[in-house]
Amino acid sequence: MTEPSPVLQVENLSIHYRGAPAPAVRNVSFTLGRERLGIVGESGSGKSTVGRALLRLLPTAEITADRMTFRDIDLLRASERQMLKVRGRQMTMILQDPKFSLNPIRRCGDQIAEAYLTHVKCSRKEARARAIDMLEAVQIRDPERVYALYPHEVSGGMGQRIMIAMMLLTDPGLVIADEPTSALDVTVRLQVLGILDGLVRDKGIGLIMISHDLNLVRNFCDRVLIMYAGQVVESLRACDLDKAQHPYSQGLLAAQPRIGGPRAPLPVLQRRPEWSQPVETAR
Amino acid sequence: MKSVNVSALGITLGEARILTDITFDVAPGECFGLVGESGSGKSTILRCASMLLSMWTGDVTIGGTSVRAMSVPERCRTLQMVFQDPYGSLHPRHSVRSTLAEPLIVNGLGDREERMARALVDVGLPVEFLDRYPHQLSGGQRQRVAIARALILEPDVLLLDEPTSALDVSVQAEILNLLARLREEHGFTYIMVSHDLAVVDHMCDRFAVMQAGRLVEVLPREAIPGNGATQPYARELIGASLDYERAL
Repeated sequence: MTEPSPVLQVENLSIHYRGAPAPAVRNVSFTLGRERLGIVGESGSGKSTVGRALLRLLPTAEITADRMTFRDIDLLRASERQMLKVRGRQMTMILQDPKFSLNPIRRCGDQIAEAYLTHVKCSRKEARARAIDMLEAVQIRDPERVYALYPHEVSGGMGQRIMIAMMLLTDPGLVIADEPTSALDVTVRLQVLGILDGLVRDKGIGLIMISHDLNLVRNFCDRVLIMYAGQVVESLRACDLDKAQHPYSQGLLAAQPRIGGPRAPLPVLQRRPEWSQPVETAR
Repeated sequence: MKSVNVSALGITLGEARILTDITFDVAPGECFGLVGESGSGKSTILRCASMLLSMWTGDVTIGGTSVRAMSVPERCRTLQMVFQDPYGSLHPRHSVRSTLAEPLIVNGLGDREERMARALVDVGLPVEFLDRYPHQLSGGQRQRVAIARALILEPDVLLLDEPTSALDVSVQAEILNLLARLREEHGFTYIMVSHDLAVVDHMCDRFAVMQAGRLVEVLPREAIPGNGATQPYARELIGASLDYERAL
């Protein structure tokens, strides 16, 4: 099997919010092929900031990198005009909570169709048909009915499936999912993840899954980056997560209570100042 | 240590029936879990028991006394609540000192400085934190302050409404350890709402599964790993959590 050319290449990405004393993200490098990459870390570790920087959604930050390319587009130098063609068309983002990311006063279906109409030249009727097909693909039983519903009329799980439909409709090359299931109940979480996973595999889309949940990432990703204080402290294959070397990764894994586990006090993460020191860029 | 008995608790808000005939008993010193999907009425039970909502039917007794029959100060010294989001439950413009002093003033308790210092030490924070404001604290520290505020009146029962779901796993571990230690030291009775069965399994002795305002089944903690539930919904919920964990 030949290695296909990477979809996304990032080298030494640093992001500095204006007015902040220290950069939010420092020297992050990774490449992404047609695979599923997980980014994990605590809140404030800069994982969502990386996702947003890729889409250039950070107007108040200075983004520097030696290289940040998506397919053949240089994301650092692309004009805003070019970015409009990238965002929502070639690279899309699924946000955490469908309650806040869908427009509350427009019908769900029209919002999905809009994503298609914006990027593809076609009639409204065709966009509607595509949206309904996509709703069916995310396993919504009665797509015609759901098309006409408003966001407050759908449950959280269904709302997130609508988001997924919207984001995959334009056949993007890369989907960034920022905590896609944190707002959902356990009973629907697996189902939504399963749908996302199936579609991403079938269509051969690259996926970046941003999450604080190590267990989730372990199951739904091929490779995992672990971030602490704006840096990638460890990068490893998801199946090797148990063999994580960095004390921070080990601490995160151990702090998770488990069903049927001993009820001894949970091991608490002992933060060490040297973790925040710049790590030498391996690879 | 006091027991909590909830019998035939029901509440209707407007047209909507929120809780129907909820009955369960919590032994003195027990940690009792409430699990279920969002909207199933878990938090509402706590809000009824603490009289944040008062137009319910049925009865809630703590140590044999109905919460309705208690005067406000007596109730406050019997039960206290810790809320989900430490970013929202502390007043942003009150220092930790005034947050902790308020219940002491209201209840006319003396030795305020000493009590406040003891409460902070109890939750593992340095006493200097009294003069900090919430924005100067991390999420885990804020939740500790919220717990200190609940402890300061030395209640018998703590109602915990998803105390760790807004926190990172690493911080969650600290707070769960703290809650377990406090229960051992002070003999609190806990009622803990959570959507995370792993947390319930770690903390609770027994738990109730809720669905659409009804209590589906009360199970011992041992029922989780082997999915020993008998009701279909409880089986489904535990099954989903097990799949999620196992899968992963």
